[in-house]
Parts: sequence; C-alpha cells; structure tokens
Amino acid sequence: MKKIFAIAAFVALASHLNAQQLPDVKLKDLKGNTINSSEIKNEGKPMIVSFWATWCKPCLRELHAYMDLYPEWQEETGVILVAISIDDTRNSVKVGPMAVAEGWEYEVYIDENQDMKRNLGIVNIPHTFVLDGNGNIVWQHAGYSPGDEDYLYEIIKKVAAGEPIKE
Amino acid sequence: MKNILLSSFAVCTFFLASAQENNPKNWGELHGNFQFDGQLYLRDTAIDPSGEFYPDERFLGQGYANLIYSNGPFRAGIRYENYQNVMLGFPPGFRGEGITYRFVQFTKDGLDITAGNFYEQFGSGMALRTYEERGLGYDNMFDGVRLIYSPINGLRVKALIGRQRIYFDNSAGIVRALDAEVTLNDMVAGLSTSKTRISFGGSFVSKFESANSPIFNLPENVALGGIRGQVLRGNFTALLEYVYKVNDPSADNGYIFRPGQSLLANFTYSTPGFGVLLGFKRVDNMSFRSERDGTLIEGLINFLPAISKVHTYALPSLYQYATQLNGEMGMQLEASYRVPRNSWLGGKYGADINMNFSAAYSIWKDPIPKTDTLNFVQNGYNTQWFKLGQVKYFQDLNIRWDQKLSKAVKMTLTYFNIQYNQSVILDGVKDEVLIANPSQIKMVYLNAGVAEFLFKIKPKHYLRTETQLLLTKQDRGNMAMLLFEYSISPHWFFSVQDIYNFGNPDPAFRLHYPLGSIVYVTGTTRFAFSYGRQQQGIFCVGGVCRVVPPSNGLGISVTSSF
Repeated sequence: MKKIFAIAAFVALASHLNAQQLPDVKLKDLKGNTINSSEIKNEGKPMIVSFWATWCKPCLRELHAYMDLYPEWQEETGVILVAISIDDTRNSVKVGPMAVAEGWEYEVYIDENQDMKRNLGIVNIPHTFVLDGNGNIVWQHAGYSPGDEDYLYEIIKKVAAGEPIKE
Repeated sequence: MKNILLSSFAVCTFFLASAQENNPKNWGELHGNFQFDGQLYLRDTAIDPSGEFYPDERFLGQGYANLIYSNGPFRAGIRYENYQNVMLGFPPGFRGEGITYRFVQFTKDGLDITAGNFYEQFGSGMALRTYEERGLGYDNMFDGVRLIYSPINGLRVKALIGRQRIYFDNSAGIVRALDAEVTLNDMVAGLSTSKTRISFGGSFVSKFESANSPIFNLPENVALGGIRGQVLRGNFTALLEYVYKVNDPSADNGYIFRPGQSLLANFTYSTPGFGVLLGFKRVDNMSFRSERDGTLIEGLINFLPAISKVHTYALPSLYQYATQLNGEMGMQLEASYRVPRNSWLGGKYGADINMNFSAAYSIWKDPIPKTDTLNFVQNGYNTQWFKLGQVKYFQDLNIRWDQKLSKAVKMTLTYFNIQYNQSVILDGVKDEVLIANPSQIKMVYLNAGVAEFLFKIKPKHYLRTETQLLLTKQDRGNMAMLLFEYSISPHWFFSVQDIYNFGNPDPAFRLHYPLGSIVYVTGTTRFAFSYGRQQQGIFCVGGVCRVVPPSNGLGISVTSSF
C-alpha cells in the first residue's frame, strides 16, 4: 500500500513538472578538480551534452564524427559540446590522455560515481542531450548510428533560432 | 524500516509538492528510466546436448524502473526491480520482485544528507566503492545514512554508515566509513593560479560482522585505512593510492589472519596528438566484503580496478581479465598517437594508432607448511614486495589502427596477442596449488585480428562490417566471425552475424552461431529483437568472472528514459 502511495506521489508530481534541466551533482574535470554540474553553462546558446566512456565504441564513433563538424557548428550556432565520461577508475585515468591526444575541443568531465547518469535516468551510453540557452533539456537521444550528426545539427540550428523541437 | 523510509519518502514528496503549489514555476525535475529484457529459449541439442542449460521456464524476463525527483536542494528516488525469473548468465540470487532502491537527499547549510540507498566511492575505490552495473546484475549499494560536508574551501568530508545490498537483502555486516579529500590549490589562496595542482585524501573504513566460529577467534570489527594523492603539472599527472587492511579471515583467503594491502600508481603524459599512460598495481590479500563468507559478487566493499584494456569485440572479449582479490602484480602501458593528415603514413585524413600492453602475475609466495599451524594461520605465505610472482595470470598486447580511407570509408584494424590463465581467472585455483603443480596450469595462448569497416552508402545509410579471427590451440580452438550491420539514421539498425568455431577440439562442437537482430530507436526509447544462437560467453565484474551458458532463442529488450 505504501509503495503504491509513494509511486502515486511521483505520478502526481510528474504531471506538474517543468522543463527538465541537468541535475546538480559533482563531476571531475581533467585537472582533478571537483566541479558542480550547475557551473556547466553556455549563456544563451545551445549546448550538447554527450555521455560516453573510453571502452564504448559507438560513443567514440559519435565523438569522432562530431570532431570534423564542430568548428562549423560553433561558428553557425555558438553551440558547445560537453562530453561526460562515465568511466570507472579502471579507465577514468585514460580519459584525459585520450581527450588531449585526440585533440578534442570539447569540454570533458568525468562522472566517476555515475551520479549524473543516474539522476538523468540514462540506461545505456552513448546518450546525447541538447539544452537550450536557458539550460532546459529540449531533446535527447539514446544510442548513436552513423549519420545521426546531421540530424543533431538540424536540432541545434532550431534551438539556436529559438524554434520548438518535436521529435 | 523499509516501510518507514518509504512512507516518509512519500510524505516528503507530497509535502514538497503541496509546498510548491503557490509557486507553480518551480515544480522540480523528474527523471526516470525503464528496461525490460526477455528471452524465449529454444531447445538446441547441438550447443547443449544434455539440456543442462535449458531453463524450465522456457521464457525468462527481468526488468526495472527508476524514478528520481529533484527540486533544488531536495532529491528523492525509487527503483522497482523484477526477475521472472532471472535470465541465464545473471546471478541466480536475483529472484522475485520488489522495491530495492529508495532514498531522500537534501542539502542544508552546506551539509549534504542522504538517507536510504546510495552509491559512494572513495578515491579509486580500493577502500570503498558501491556501484551498479545493471547489465551484469551487479549492485552493492548501501542502505544507510551518508553525510557530506565542506567546512572550508578545498576540503570535503564524507561519513557514512549502512549495510550493503546482497540480491534482495542487506548484508549481515555493517559498514562505517569516513573520507576526507583536500584540493590544495583551492584551500591555499596563494596556490590558486599555480601550474601544479595537488590533491590528496584519506579514508577509513570499518566493518562489523558478528562471529561465532568454534574453530577460529574471528575478528568482528575489521578496519581499513587508505591514503591517496594526485599531482598534475603541465602535461603530466601522477596518481597514487595505498590501502591497508587489518586481519580479515574470509572464505576468499581461506581464513588466514594475514593483513591486506594494495598499491595503485598511474602516470600519464598527454599532448595534442600523443598520450601515454603507465600504470602499476600490487594487491596482497585485499578481498574486503561485508560478509566474510561471501562469494562471487556478494557484499564487496571495495573495488580493485583491473589494469588492462576492456575489449568489446566479441571474440577477444571471451578472454578478459579480472583483478584477483587475493593478490596480484600488474602493470599497463598504453600509448596513442595521431598520425597527421597529408602524411606518408596517415594519408589524406590522418590516422590514430593505439597500443596497449598489460600483464598480471601472482605476487611472490613462499609457502608456509600447514604443519607450522600458527604461522600458517597468521600469515598464509611469505612474500617479497618487488619480486614478480611465480604464476602468470594474464598478458595482453593489442594494437589498433584507425583510418579514414575516403569520404565514404573508415577502417579499424586491431591485433591482439593474449595469454590467459584459465585455471586462475575462471576456475579460481589457488596460487599455492599451481606453484606446487605448474603442469596443472591451463594457459590459453591466442592471436586475434579484427578488421572493421564503415561504409557510407548514401546519406543516413551506413554499413558496418566486422571480420574477426581468433587462433588458439587451447580451450575452444580457432574461431572466425563475420558481422554486417546496416543502419538508417536515426531510427533503424539491422544486423546479422555468424561465429564459426571451426577449430574446436571436439568435432561435435565445430558449430556455427548465427544471430540476427533488429533495433528501432525513437528518441530515448529503444526496442531490440534478436534471434539466433549465442555461444558460451563470459562476464567479469568485481574481480569475478562467470560463464554465461550458450543459448538459442528469441530475445527482446526495451529501454526507455526521460
């Protein structure tokens, strides 16, 4: 009975909720600093938040695919890409060398305790979010198939122009 | 207790909901997810002649849903899990259904309070780490209370008490733990702009489990202490962590009273185009569980990261390594280099080269005869810190070459050379036995190669192929695999694959393992269907590897999140 009660409470809430934002949790940057995820912002401009891991092939395929397009995306829309690794300590030590060696221009963070992943309800990676200039999640997608970058860029252009997003 | 927490959780949520009524703009956030996996198993006498793996239920299914609500400083969450019954390859301890996860968390005056279930990690996790890997059936979360506080800039203190999840129960043992982490550059004003960044920390973890053994005077309280530090300067980082545990006789170590210790060191250097990592690890008797008789994945308090590469290609990943909790010495060297564009080697688009070498041995063990009873029970064995052990556990050399050949074709070539001690990693044979009888060691020596291509057929249409070959004279012998995956962005995947175990020493098992699957993704919802044979596989988690039996059938998986 109490379980039902608890679930009902959630459902009651769910029907009244606002636009989703990123939860405020602690992340590590590549210098070992602990930061609050609420500090990750792109004032008034769209933001891509992509969850990945060093061992996740589709994730790397996705981040590689964005790499060539990123300068143009930034120029056209002012978008930034935040790549959040969910690697555990077996691999998190490889995140920095990988990001630097690959020459990524993304902001890279590590979600070692997977607090962010859990709070966002992510099941599997890659998982990609698009946030509008106010930090609201306006689009998200699970998985990556080659070519998704073209689709993603259409979304970003709409967000940058302030147009509504419909999947 | 469970009910009290649940209802207080519900009351809190309602209270919050009504408190916010006057301020409809701030209803907070709700995120959640759902997953269901099921399989209809078909009887296949070729892969399973005796039917030992064929489940009575014919159909097995399991699923869960999470909901996490947050509103400013307040957060609450709940998870329902169900196993009807647990699928083949997962720990059979998961059976039935229930609410396994519920918590409330809030921050007040800088104090972060969690009551209920939570996941926590100190440093690299060698002192304490609770986490979940739903895909592997691993979840050792705490049920208790946790406080996190930052009294001054650059210092964070964590304190917790609780019991760990073991399947649908909590462990018999209680865990109490403290951790402090200092970021020197944030604490000392003069260092805030320094090029050198220094952080360090310390942990204390203690477990209590009552004991009433007629043979041993077992310790009921077992303490562990750990220190760690990280230095970063320019392109260099150094990470060091050491943990020490007092005597902790357990099923894992054969009830010896030897203290445990573990050292982990990682050094990295990176500059655009080049990165290198050198890692070293020594583990001596560091199994640390909240139940001393725990086996497999039960009640592990700490986490000893394996220092080897995670392989995801189907064939090489059949031989993956897991840290040996009772002791090992390991090292790893990984380097990656980006070959510039328009160079002789890199062609028009450049290339990426990645090399990884890792090796793990037992620690050196001078056996103590069991007739020397007191010495044996106290120490188990004698060791030398810097001497490599007598038994080789694992070695892996792999080289990957990534190159874009044209606008429409990408290529990845990988070579693997692996030595895999099956006696230790899979069968769990003790070092002492293998040192005394080296001829009993089942070592698998293998070479493998994978060629992966990605072709752009037309906009949004891609074909990915994998050709894998694994050559070995041991275990199941040679195998080859072919995979085709056709994707239409952003919704569809179609794939077919076949593994052919053409070199199996037993001619009756020189079988094909064909598998087809269709995946449909819309937004954050994913439907996957598969049909075919899956060969015997392996799952490694928390230092334990277990075999996933072969199966044949129709699989379905649905995941969704918001």
